[in-house]
Amino acid sequence: MATLTADLPPALAEIVEEFHQLTVPDRLQLLLEFSTELPPLPDRYTDHPELLEPVPECQSPIFVATEVDGSGPKAAVALYFSAPAEAPTTRGFAEILRAGLDGLTVEELLAVPVDLAQRLALEEAVSPLRLNGMTGMLARIKRQAAAKATD
Amino acid sequence: MALPYDPDPKFAEYSDPGRLVSTSWLAEHLGDEGLAVVESDEDVLLYETGHIPGSVKVDWHLDLNDRVNRDYVDGERFAELMGSRGIGRDTTIVVYGDKSNWWAAYALWVFTLFGHPDVRLLDGGRAKWQAEGRPMTTDAAKPSPVDYPVVERQDDDIRAFKDEVLAHLGEPIVDVRSAPEYTGERTHMPDYPDEGALRGGHIPGAKSVPWGRAAAEDGTFKDRASLEAIYQEEQGLSPGDDVIAYCRIGERSSHTWFVLQHLLGFGKVRNYDGSWTEWGNSVRVPIVKGEDPGSVPGAREV
Repeated sequence: MATLTADLPPALAEIVEEFHQLTVPDRLQLLLEFSTELPPLPDRYTDHPELLEPVPECQSPIFVATEVDGSGPKAAVALYFSAPAEAPTTRGFAEILRAGLDGLTVEELLAVPVDLAQRLALEEAVSPLRLNGMTGMLARIKRQAAAKATD
Repeated sequence: MALPYDPDPKFAEYSDPGRLVSTSWLAEHLGDEGLAVVESDEDVLLYETGHIPGSVKVDWHLDLNDRVNRDYVDGERFAELMGSRGIGRDTTIVVYGDKSNWWAAYALWVFTLFGHPDVRLLDGGRAKWQAEGRPMTTDAAKPSPVDYPVVERQDDDIRAFKDEVLAHLGEPIVDVRSAPEYTGERTHMPDYPDEGALRGGHIPGAKSVPWGRAAAEDGTFKDRASLEAIYQEEQGLSPGDDVIAYCRIGERSSHTWFVLQHLLGFGKVRNYDGSWTEWGNSVRVPIVKGEDPGSVPGAREV
């Protein structure tokens, strides 16, 4: 377990551990719980959907926006997602990322390993192909944060 | 003991009226002895968010695909799956799902590979049932396991493999993907993940008939006359033809396979489940780019 979580920020490490402690059906239930916890978009995005970036790696329509408070590697990152209720798996992935990454500094976010989705022990529960969407979301979040931190 | 057919006059027009049931028929028969309702979705968690009471979940990735071979499960695994869902060989199955029943049609097609005698689709799928405000529950069904016989999968009649498609070039092939996938502008559906095809385009000679043309706005199948207008009058296919349908991984083409086989009564329709993720990547296999079906390389005069 240590090798799976040693290089993760604490909130994310905790989520990874939580998934590993469960049986396969319970992992699916946990993902479902995450999907229900994804907060609604703030008005500044619902009024301006063009500010959100689509994530075509996901099988369902999902949009992500990254905000950086200030600039430079120590600036804090905030994440916002929009995904329909009919796409609970995608919503679950989004909430894992939000819960695990929101509030990190840009530097910490950029250091999150790209294979995060493969560490959640979800291959058996949701199939490997479906995890590609989460990897795509993470890549887009990092790119947005890096760009905004240097603005 | 099979359940009665849905006498809906729209279904009576189809060549195989017993393959569809309406939401009202299902509402009336829910809980009947001998009926199993199966939900099959693209999203693996959708069933858990709420489903038709008593329905069981079958996931195309986790339950129907073999984990090692790129193939479907074998007879033993299928028997285990069906038995564990409380489905016997004589059970009437009604399948429904998201996305206008793509995955439901795919599940029905796989069940047909195993020759399950009575398997039907819920016309309009999950979305229509919900739109009508019919009951949904988050209580997972707990069916009592039953014995399902081990039946060997029969791939000959309704499934096509790459070599068979190569031998079929020049005969009717229907590409059911979106227009940009057909022309080769892109290798996957708009807004969908790229499942990895090296080349974009279509199988030489394939006609472009996106699957969604067979569906009405509410996700139900169009009536027979409308379907005949598309596939027979416009595309020039006829029920006596030997037709192969394909898409990207065989899910959307299951929907079209269902239309041609069960609604229009075509005698020989095969779904090429390798589809573009195989064809677009294969060595020494020809493709055509652009809007025209294109000609078949080395085609012989018949």
